[in-house]
This record gives sequence, structure tokens and C-alpha cells, in this order.
Amino acid sequence: MMFFFLFSVSGNASNPEFKKKKNSECLLRLRHEGLLNSCPAGVASCPASSCPFRSPRSPRLKLLESALLLGPRPTAGGMEFSELIRTGRAQAELLRGPGAPPLRGTLCVTGHHLLLSPGPQATSDLWLLLLRSVDSIEKRVAGDSGTITLRCKDLRVLQLDIEGVEATLDIARSIEALSSLESVITSFPFFYRPKGLRLGDAWHFHPPEHYYKRVARETNAWRLSEVNEDFSVCPSYPRAVIVPRAVDDDALARSARFRQGGRFPVLSYHHAPSGTVLLRSSQPLTGPQKRRCAEDEELLRAVLAGARPGARGFIVDTRSAQAAKQARMTGGGTEAKAAYPGWKRLHRPMERGRPLQESFVRLVEACGDLEQSMDRWLSRLEGCRWLAHVKEALSTACLAAQGMEREGACILVHGAEGTDSTLLVTSLAQLILDPLSRTMTGFQELVEREWIQAGHPFQLRCAHSAFSHARPKHEAPTFLLFLDCVWQLGRQFPLSLEFGEGLLLALFEHAYASPFGTFLCNSEKERCLCEVRTRTHSLWSGLNQPKEQRKLRNPLYVLNPLAIWPSVEPQSLRLWQGLFLRWTRPPEPSEAAWEKVWQIVTDKEKTEGSQPTVSASEPQP
Amino acid sequence: MEHIRTTKVEQVKLLDRFSTSNKALTGTLYLTATHLLFIDSHQKETWILHHHIASVEKLALTTSGCPLVIQCKNFRIVHFIVPRERDCHDIYNSLLQLSKQAKYEDLYAFSYNPKQNDSERLRGWQLIDLAEEYKRMGVPNSNWQLSDANREYKICETYPRELYVPRIASKPIIVGSSKFRSKGRFPVLSYYHREKEAAVCRCSQPLSGFSARCLEDEHLLQAISKANPVNRYMYVMDTRPKHRMQSWWATQKDIGRIIVRISSKIWNDEKIRESHEQKRLNAMANRAAGKGYENEDNYSNIRFQFVGIENIHVMRSSLQKLLEVNGTKGLSVNDFYSGLESSGWLRHIKAVMDAAIFLTKAIMIENASVLVHCSDGWDRTSQVCSLGSLLLDSFYRTIRGFMVLIEKDWISFGHKFSERCGHLDSDPKEVSPVFTQFLECVWHLTEQFPQAFEFNEAFLLQIHEHIYSCQFGNFLGNCQKEREELKLKEKTYSLWPFLLDDQKKYLNPLYSPKSQAVAVLEPNTVSFNFKFWRNMYHQFDRTLHPRQSVFNIIMNMNEQNKQLENDIKDLESKIKQHKNKQTDGVLTKELLHSVRPESPTLKTSLCFKEQTLLPVNDALRTIEGSNPADNRY
Repeated sequence: MMFFFLFSVSGNASNPEFKKKKNSECLLRLRHEGLLNSCPAGVASCPASSCPFRSPRSPRLKLLESALLLGPRPTAGGMEFSELIRTGRAQAELLRGPGAPPLRGTLCVTGHHLLLSPGPQATSDLWLLLLRSVDSIEKRVAGDSGTITLRCKDLRVLQLDIEGVEATLDIARSIEALSSLESVITSFPFFYRPKGLRLGDAWHFHPPEHYYKRVARETNAWRLSEVNEDFSVCPSYPRAVIVPRAVDDDALARSARFRQGGRFPVLSYHHAPSGTVLLRSSQPLTGPQKRRCAEDEELLRAVLAGARPGARGFIVDTRSAQAAKQARMTGGGTEAKAAYPGWKRLHRPMERGRPLQESFVRLVEACGDLEQSMDRWLSRLEGCRWLAHVKEALSTACLAAQGMEREGACILVHGAEGTDSTLLVTSLAQLILDPLSRTMTGFQELVEREWIQAGHPFQLRCAHSAFSHARPKHEAPTFLLFLDCVWQLGRQFPLSLEFGEGLLLALFEHAYASPFGTFLCNSEKERCLCEVRTRTHSLWSGLNQPKEQRKLRNPLYVLNPLAIWPSVEPQSLRLWQGLFLRWTRPPEPSEAAWEKVWQIVTDKEKTEGSQPTVSASEPQP
Repeated sequence: MEHIRTTKVEQVKLLDRFSTSNKALTGTLYLTATHLLFIDSHQKETWILHHHIASVEKLALTTSGCPLVIQCKNFRIVHFIVPRERDCHDIYNSLLQLSKQAKYEDLYAFSYNPKQNDSERLRGWQLIDLAEEYKRMGVPNSNWQLSDANREYKICETYPRELYVPRIASKPIIVGSSKFRSKGRFPVLSYYHREKEAAVCRCSQPLSGFSARCLEDEHLLQAISKANPVNRYMYVMDTRPKHRMQSWWATQKDIGRIIVRISSKIWNDEKIRESHEQKRLNAMANRAAGKGYENEDNYSNIRFQFVGIENIHVMRSSLQKLLEVNGTKGLSVNDFYSGLESSGWLRHIKAVMDAAIFLTKAIMIENASVLVHCSDGWDRTSQVCSLGSLLLDSFYRTIRGFMVLIEKDWISFGHKFSERCGHLDSDPKEVSPVFTQFLECVWHLTEQFPQAFEFNEAFLLQIHEHIYSCQFGNFLGNCQKEREELKLKEKTYSLWPFLLDDQKKYLNPLYSPKSQAVAVLEPNTVSFNFKFWRNMYHQFDRTLHPRQSVFNIIMNMNEQNKQLENDIKDLESKIKQHKNKQTDGVLTKELLHSVRPESPTLKTSLCFKEQTLLPVNDALRTIEGSNPADNRY
């Protein structure tokens, strides 16, 4: 795990008093404090007023929950963790797969964590697992002991051997119940108070306002609109969006009514070298009657006019032509050719939704089988189609980027809802074209702006990972596919990304289960209602701590001012072993090699740094 | 020269086989006695050695000209369009003649002149000394000795003159055993593990005819097992797949070539016992059919193991399939993987690797000697012995050591390079990518153990290039005897000194020889670890490659570090000297003062100069390599 700030735990974390108490409110408080006991950093910094357990039935909380429908209640009243915890503790042994030695000690289930504290004689740290990261659980009993297999969302498989049949079943049930809680405001990020970080840090670092400042320096054809200030025009957009200067807020609101979910075309990226722009939206609601919307047409006309007189545009539809036509039956559709002069439509079908999730599940399944023959492995790798999806995503992004860079055209990307494959294409296209987005902060800004703020429904998409037995509803690994594509770019341009595989792995983990608030909820609106910004810590402040940098950075980075055009031939794409086989193969040799690279690079810096006066006076190229 | 009709054709187009845009480079094609040369309008030169050409194909005439497709043995595929059919026909015919030579003397190596004098040439040939290598391994010793039995190639024509055998094996035993083995290739030492006192031996299959047993052969095997003081049991590895052997038995009429490998009565392993039972049944069946077999009691102290590497014909068609799939334009991900699977190529690579691991484990864990053979003992046996040695001994993972390994297990023991690589116009059924597979196995090891090898991928690719180039004498001919008859050491040059001169290009910057953890490599052969080697099979398809090289930049940094550290040391010692002098009272303060400013300036100029050079190079590489027009989006 990348981020266990909770490591330094002292004493016994379990509390034998749980079971006896009846008063739920009191219990909850105890539970909460029990957690805080295990997290000394938390006690002091957790302001009592922000704790929902102080008054679990407060009208405010109820309002919030009913407003958001944040999932089923475990009981009729408040969020009663204690009733879900059947057994506080048991003796257990933990097997963590190849390479890691087994751990023995006392196992303990708390509201948000599974803890294993080694015996008093042992000096090693407490082992801790966020319950939220458990994807599926399997129990087996034999004789007077039992085995629980936990499959985690980060694709780890853990095995717990527990003494006592009752204890095993109880613990299994507790984990099952607690790991599937869907309520946002009782989730761990609202209680997580790590040392050395202040609430509110880094939250104001990334939003579109910041990006707009950059765009405004490059062109004045665009403005920052606050038409969505109260999220009424588009519930999945942030408060501020960048739109053509020539279009006023009323027109935007009308265009929004013509687009699914109110996602009217907004600026995603301004490519200064060619003066062209990348836009994203959702599908127009043409419907069977082929409706039109003058304001929407005006908006896209203004885009072309703002770029350059006579500029052309491409609409990249991430659905097949047939699927787009079919969407008309359900009220959606595509832009009619005649209604949008200067714009040409291109269809690049990309997989989404359930087939994508199934592809992910099948790939992970194949990666878990160590005994299979060469032929079986290759045929499963083919059958799961994951790399085909990687190729689709990269080539569509390249098409969009190529249109901007080579043909000087403006690009509008949309599929149906405009919250999944659309974002995949726009974010990858930026990475290909924009050197700034390939820096550490630039990439974090890109993820924040193009995924989190742009309304990718993380809570729905990442509710389950590849191991869950539950029938997939809204789950889809779109964000993981994005990370995989970035990894492929990094392999083909090993010097051009300032961040390394470590950051991508961390983002994958945190998107699915995190002590930070960054990936919570489905949109800015929900995050505002839950007060995520004020009551949780930002992942970015966690990642940007100096001690994390060595894991996340690419030591070989050199600024590359050019566009990076990847090869998308199947021979050039590779399975991301660092993610999919991370827990099944011993990583030592490659890690040692990476360590050596770091050593060489830092040696270089050290030897050069021994004459600071000189290097400071060097002109920067 | 008599084959060349047209030496120069202008306005020829060169197509990139993976680029979509049908943009082509236009330039001039030249035909020389040794090379085909294409110079495009940017003055970029593409040289193709005639010996590298595997096939030339003239396609149907198009409006823009006559297409000529040339496939090379180093996996380059070029597609020219020659404007006039007449020229195309001339070049086609010339290339057909030039790419297939009938005589060794017509090969490039006999005309290649790198401007060295005779003594330099001789020194080059003496660079790798196998006697020295056996000494390094620790032979001769009390158990192993140099045999002069084959000094005049009397016993075995395809073996080298100098062979190491167990000390207790007398000459009559050797002669007797060699008569019992195919092509006279009796069991001899390939690698001696000094620490374990265990040996890797190699031979060909036994010819158990009517007599069904050969006492001398039994003695020789016994002598090998006795030469290991720790473990009396030895493994006999038949590298061929079992099922093939069985079907072969069913069809083969030649009773002189029956192989039945029998074991000792002591079987610890259940699995082996099972296979033993099956073997018994087969043997019974063979006896009923009038075929010979060996008496299981004849060979004592032997454990038998089949390891399932397919024969040269299977390997040849497997590679052919692989290349067909990869040459497809607009290949989809799914077609790529199903093609990779159906070609079976990676499965074969895994089989070779598994065999080498089996050998390594027998030596390291059981301390047992191993005898390896296949049919003739020059293809699969060479693969397994050399790869096993590479896993066991870190010396072979150095640049020089790898050359020694190739000299020992491939060249000297008679891997038929000329036939397998098709150097001359000979039987195409004898061509097979056996050595390429060995190189690919080594590449897979370098991927799994990035710090264990002194050399990098470029080294492997360069060796592969010269296996086929016929530019140097090393790989010409099929055995040592033939090479001596060709007088290669007088008429051609050795490749190795040229590679050593260029050593810098082939160094792995991450190599850490001191790390004890990598003394014996234990690769994991789980299927995930086998990947398609793009940089080999697409080495000339630049658009498929990563656009920036990590190796180069790390290499440069490493060099800079070393340089800077040396500077620091120099300066520190200077300061020390000065200080010493000062304490001696010789040096005045002013002098010391004058030393100090000197140090940073000296270092700066150096560091500044290199730093500005480095990123510029890399940016250039990117411009060159990364172009959207190269790709199909």
C-alpha cells in the first residue's frame, strides 16, 4: 500500500466493551474514539463539531442523506457500525502472497479498518487494511479454525487463517457488512486526520479558474462562465466552465437543455501552437424528430470563429455511427450535418460500461492463474480484449490530437453522456499535445480538471473492482483504462513524463478506496453537499509530501516541448504488468534496477550539486 | 560481378510497411557486389547486405511501377517500387543470384577487408581461447582430463579436436561409445561446475541396433557419474518431446535409431516412475515389432528426463507463422495475440528455458551431473547446455564471457551455422532459427534480471546480425573441421575483436556484477513473463519502437558520474598533496588559495559542456521518431 500514515500505532486497538453496550449513540462515539485511539494523529485534529457521530440523527445529516440517496441504511436509525461488528477480535495469521512473510497476531475489526496487531513480543508495525478496499470476501471453515480470503480492489489477494469457527464467521460477516456501506459522509476520509497535513490544503489548487488563467494568457476568445454557479444548469459540471466569449449565459443554459444531462460544449484544452481548441459535451437531444437548437449551433459556430476565420471542426463521436443513430430513438442522437456548418462528424466506437468492466474482470482472472500454459495465457489475453480497448482509446485520442496539431481543426468530443469515454479521449489528447500536462503538477491538475471536476462518476464507476461477485450496475474501469494508456505513453516516451508508474498505481488505488476525499462522490455538486472540501483531506496534498516523491517521480524526466505521438500497433502495446501482475510476481529484480536508476540520477545531481554557485549562474535553456 | 546487369536505378520509391500514409521515400537504388544500397532524397542511406536477403519477390505491375519486396534474415522487409519493369527484372534476377552463393569462397567474409594486418587478424582469432576457458572452469583436474582421441577428427568429424572426458574413461571406451552414438558424438564435457564438482555433458542419441547395448557407452556414462564425487546419480536429459518420440517409433523403420532410455532402480520421484512405466510399455511394443531397445539394467545410476523441445522443422514454421502475422498491415490486437498463440513461438521459447532451468536445478539442488542430448546433439543440446551454463555461471553474462559461451557450445561443438542460417544455396529444410531462439531466451533473462548482464539488447541484436551477414569468419561452415579446411583464420576476420572495440555501445548501465544474489539465476517461467521481442522481429520498423531510449541516457549519466567522481578524486588528492606540503611548511597560504578556484572552473566547463549536449540529442531523437503520419490512428 502506498499511504499508510496510520502506521505508528501503540497499544491494543480493540475495545472489549463494544458488545455489551446497548445505547447506539454512545457506542458509536466509543467506536469512533476507538478508531481514534488507533490513530493518535487523529484525536487532536478532529474537530468535534465535524463528527457526525455526535448527533447521528441531526436534521442536517438526514437532509443530506435523503438529498443524495447515498445508499441503503444498514439499520433504520443512524449509521450503527457497532451493530455490524460481530466480533471485535480473534487470533489470526495473515498470508500476503509471494514475497511477504506471514503475520501472526490479534485481528480486530473496527468501523473502517481491519487491523492485525502482532503479539507483544513482536516489534513490527501494525498491519492495517481499509475495509472499503475489500472487493470480495470468501470464508471457509474446517475443524476448529477458518480461513477468510479477501480480494481487494487494488487486486491484492489476502488470506486470513483465524482460530475458532464462530470468530471466523463473525469476522467475515462484519467485513462483508462494513465494506459494502455506501454512505459517503460516514466513510473514512471524513475521519482521517493524518499528521503533517492541514484540512483544506491543496483543495484550491486545481479548479478550472486556474486553467482559465492560462487560457486567457493565450487567447481572449474564451471566458469563464459561472452560469452553473448553483449546479442548476448542469448537475455534473463544476461551478465555473470555460466557454466562447461570444456566447452569453442565457444561450448556454438553452444549449444545456439540448444536451443530455445539461452537458453543453465547454473548453477542455486550448492548444496554443495551432490556436485550436478541444471541447467536450454530451450527445445532443435531437431525438426521432431531429430537433435543433439555435443556441447550441451558435455556440459551436462561435468556437470556429474564435479560433480563426474559416477554421474547420471535427466532432469525434465515441460511438459507432449505428449506435449514434439508434440513440435517436431514446431522445439522443448526433449533430445534423446541415445544422453545424464547418463541423464534420467522425465516429470512433469505443467500449464502455459493462463490456469494459467484463473485460477488466476477465483480464484479472487470467492474471491470477499462475499454472496456465503459454497458449492458454495468450488466448485469454486476446479473449479479454483489454489491450484492444487500450488501442482504441489511444488511437482515438491521437486522432483528436492530430486534428488539432496537424490540420488546425477544432475538436468536439462526445459519446452519449459525455462522462466516460469522452473524458478518456480529451485527457489523453492533452497529454499527447501539452508538455505542461506531463509534469507532476500538470498531470495532477489534468486528473482533477478532466476527471474529477468534469464529473466522471467515480463513486458509481469504482464501487467495485474486478473481484466482486455482485452483479455490475454502473461499474466500469474507464479511469483505469486512462491510467493504462498513460502508462503506455510513458513506456514509449520514458523521458517525457515527470511522474512514474508509482503515481499511476497510487491513483488507481485511491480511485477505488482511499483515506482521502478527492475521489469521493460523482460530481462537484455532490461533493459540495457532502462538504468534502472542508471535511476531508485532498489526495494531492498527501501525494505531494516530500517523502512520497521518490515513489512517484520519474528520475529520468527531461522536458520535451514536442507532442508525443505513440505507436498504437499491437506490437507496441504491452500488458501493464506493474498493475495487473503486481501481486502475483516477485518484483525484486526490476525494483532493484529502478533503485539503481535513482541512484545513478541522484549521484549525478549530487556530484553536480557540489558546485552550487556555478549551477545557479548557468543560463537556463 | 557477372550477375549484375544494372548498377543504378533512379526514381525508386521505398514504402514503409507500417505507415498508413502512402507517402514513400524516393531515391536511387544502387547494386554493388556485396550490398544493395538505397539513398533517399534526404541522403539517408539504407544498406542491405546480399547475404541477409532471404527472399526476393516481384509483385504484379502497378501504375506507379513494379513492386519489389525483399525479406531479410534479420527481419528487415523492404518494399521498393521500381518505375520500369525492365530495371526491376534485372535487379530481381541479380539479387536472386547474389543472395544465394554456391561456394563458401564467394561469401563476403572472403573479400571483407577491415584494414588490419595479418598479425592483428591472428590476434583477433586468438582472442577467445577455449583451453583457457576450460582452465577457468577447473579442468583438467583429478576427475576430468583432456582427451586426444579426436585430435585428427578421426572419431567425430563434427566435434572439436580438444575434448574433455572423465579421467577413468580410456580411449577404447571412447571409441566404442562413439560408434554407438549418432555421428560419433559421444558424451563429452560441456561445462564443469567447480563448486559442486558436477558436470554438464553433451552427446547425440544412441544407436541401439540389434545388439541393443554397448558396453563402452555404458562404461562412459558410468565414468561420468563417477567423476562426480558428491552425487553418483546423473540425469540424462532427452530434449525432445516425448510424444514425438513415440510417434516416431511407430513410423520409423530404421531399427538402428531406436532410443530407449532406461533408469536405475532407485526412483524417488513419482512422476518419473510413471513415465518409466510408460517407457517400459513402449519398449515392450518395440521388441514385439522387432526393434531394439536397451536393457534397463545396463545403465545404472541414471535418472531420465524428457524436456519437450520441438525439432528444427517445427521451429522454422513457427517463426514463419509469427512473421506472417506480424507483417499484416492494420493488424488488430486480437489478431496479433491469436497469431502469437497459434504460431507457438513463445511456447517453444518457454520450453527451451524450462529445459535450461531443469539442468540448473539438477546441478545446484541435487548436485548431480547432467548429460544432455537430442538427436544429433547440435541444436537443442547446444541451446540447453549454453543456456544452462549462462544461468549457472555469471562469467557468461559478461560481454567476453558470452562470446566464450558461443564459441564453446555453438561454434566448437558443431552447431551447423551455415546450414541453419542458409549461408549457401542449400537445402531449405536445414534452415532453422535455433540460434535466434537462444538469443531470445537470453533476452528474456535480461528482461527478468535487468542487473545481471554486462551487455544489453543491442549486443544480442548485433550478434544476430552477423550470424547471417557472412562478413566475419566465425559462423561460416558447419563444424571446426570444415572451418579449418576453409582456412578461415587466414582468409577472414573474427567478429569478436570488432565487438569488443565497440564495447561501449553494448554495455548495460544497470549491470551490478558484485551483487551476490544473482550468482545463479532462477528465472520464473510463468507464462506472463514471456513477451513478444519487438526489438528483434521489428528491429527495422522504427515506427513501432519507443521513441526515447532509457539505456542511452542512463549510460551517459553513468559516464558523467564516473567522470565527475574521478575529477573529485583528482582534486581531492591534489588538495591533500598541497595540504601535506603545507604541513611540511613548504606551501604558503597564497599557493593553497590559488588551487581552490581552479577546481570548480575545471569541473564546470566539463559538466556544462556535456549537459548541454545530452538533452539536445534526445530531443532530436523525438522529432525524428515521433510523427503522427507514421501511425494509423
